[in-house]
Amino acid sequence: MKPPLFDYLVARSSEEAVKLLSEYPGAMILAGGQSLIPAMNFRLAAPAALIDINRISDLRRIDIVDGNVRVGAAVRHRDLEQNDAAFAANPLLRAALYHVAHVPIRNRGTTVGSLCHADAAAEMPMVLLLTGGWVTAEGPSGQRDIPAEEFFEFHMTTSREADEMIVSATFPGLPTGAGHAFAEFARRKGDYAIAAVGAIVERGADGVISSARIAACGISSRPVRLSEVEAALVDTKLSDDDIHRAGELAKQSVTAPDDAHATTAYRQHLLASLTRRVVRQAAGIMKES
Amino acid sequence: MSRHEHLERSIPSTSADPKAEVTLTVNGVSVTREVSTRMLLSDFIRHGLRLTGTHVGCEHGVCGACTVMIDGRAARSCLTFAVQADGADIRTIESEAEEDGTLSALQQAFQECHGLQCGYCTPGMIMNIRAHFDSGEELDLSDEGIRELISGNLCRCTGYANIVKAVRRAAELAGKA
Ligand SMILES: Cc1cc2nc3c(=O)[nH]c(=O)nc-3n(C[C@H](O)[C@H](O)[C@H](O)COP(=O)(O)OP(=O)(O)OC[C@H]3O[C@@H](n4cnc5c(N)ncnc54)[C@H](O)[C@@H]3O)c2cc1C
Ligand code: FES
Ligand code: FES
Repeated sequence: MKPPLFDYLVARSSEEAVKLLSEYPGAMILAGGQSLIPAMNFRLAAPAALIDINRISDLRRIDIVDGNVRVGAAVRHRDLEQNDAAFAANPLLRAALYHVAHVPIRNRGTTVGSLCHADAAAEMPMVLLLTGGWVTAEGPSGQRDIPAEEFFEFHMTTSREADEMIVSATFPGLPTGAGHAFAEFARRKGDYAIAAVGAIVERGADGVISSARIAACGISSRPVRLSEVEAALVDTKLSDDDIHRAGELAKQSVTAPDDAHATTAYRQHLLASLTRRVVRQAAGIMKES
Repeated sequence: MSRHEHLERSIPSTSADPKAEVTLTVNGVSVTREVSTRMLLSDFIRHGLRLTGTHVGCEHGVCGACTVMIDGRAARSCLTFAVQADGADIRTIESEAEEDGTLSALQQAFQECHGLQCGYCTPGMIMNIRAHFDSGEELDLSDEGIRELISGNLCRCTGYANIVKAVRRAAELAGKA
């Protein structure tokens, strides 16, 4: 269980990291190493070179830009979790990060690294999708923003080009007064989700739901929005019947086949009850807008 | 196809083993060493520095036996390369007891409460708890709070009940309860 040989390159700026990526075919970015190093120890990954981005101080910033939370590529999960300005703009970040692995792993793992790793059961890709966020990629020809919908393609596959690195991720702030909630089921604390759901709901002055965003992970080959559930909640007053129906509708979104952790039927059952739970919780803290 | 064909092909084309020099502080002592870039911090601590108190269980981040403190925070030494620790301040289980062997409050509490049996998980447990005690963050000494704190450290012997007691007792001994 020892990693294979590799060249170790320290990048001092994101421009240098991007340059090194092009110069060393087969090189990979080393962020927190909490997914990459286990993969190397198992010899599932054998990069020719690692480009360490941990010493790029510019990438260690968490900024609130136009009310949105911009997270640099070297920001640890734990730093984002404990950042009060980020919490104020988008409380879902802290709620979801609490479920990502354990504190010693969050102390080194980065949030952007988790987005790039793109495990289909990972919490933060789902939160990026739920909140309508994007990542910023930097390549030899400059920067581009990639919305979450286009970034996550499949389990552990993103639309990042091989010569690009992700320099930051932006999680939009929540609308004022919006209700929000995150709930997860995993067998043990800190495990990847068997299913997790997040919700953002807004209510108009007439007490009727004006907008609903619901997303889930662990149930498909990538994080997904539950659009049928969203459509069914809008224009309701979230009666018990409305919430029950939302749970039933959520079941359609499970495409994960039976695996070692759960059967499809069990995931459908989990997704239905988690969906009802987050909608109720979100409704409880929602204020009229 | 020869039986060894696969083996031969996977040998790297260059036999070079890239190395780098690192200088770091371990338990208050500055050390400079040349290491293979692929050397895990856990192996550097155990084999390079002969500090064998840090244990290795799984080498993929799951068991927590290899937990040490890196710049004041608990981290998996099996998921960090030694080269990455250049300039870092590392603390291992060997820093707990006094030079004359007097146990730290945490160690005393584990002993008093029978918080260990085989002891394999104990160094990682203690470094994780130490990091939390020293962080200045609020201590939640409810059963649930303590179980949350040690949730990333697996113990195959004790059933955790006595470890939970030991954490509470250590907080008392350290004047934090
Ligand atoms: C025991 C254990 C339990 C875990 N449980 C969970 C969990 O419950 N939920 C969860 O979400 N995660 C979990 N993780 C994974 C953890 O969140 C990782 O930290 C995260 O997935 C990867 O982030 P990293 O910074 O460690 O990235 P690395 O391991 O450094 O990199 C991961 C991958 O992303 C690429 N990469 C990283 N940064 C960039 C960048 N800026 N640009 C381009 N490519 C990049 C790397 O090249 C690599 O392919 C767990 C890990 C362990 C060891
Ligand atoms: S040996 Fe590092 S976590 Fe198990
Ligand atoms: S005491 Fe044996 S593993 Fe914990």
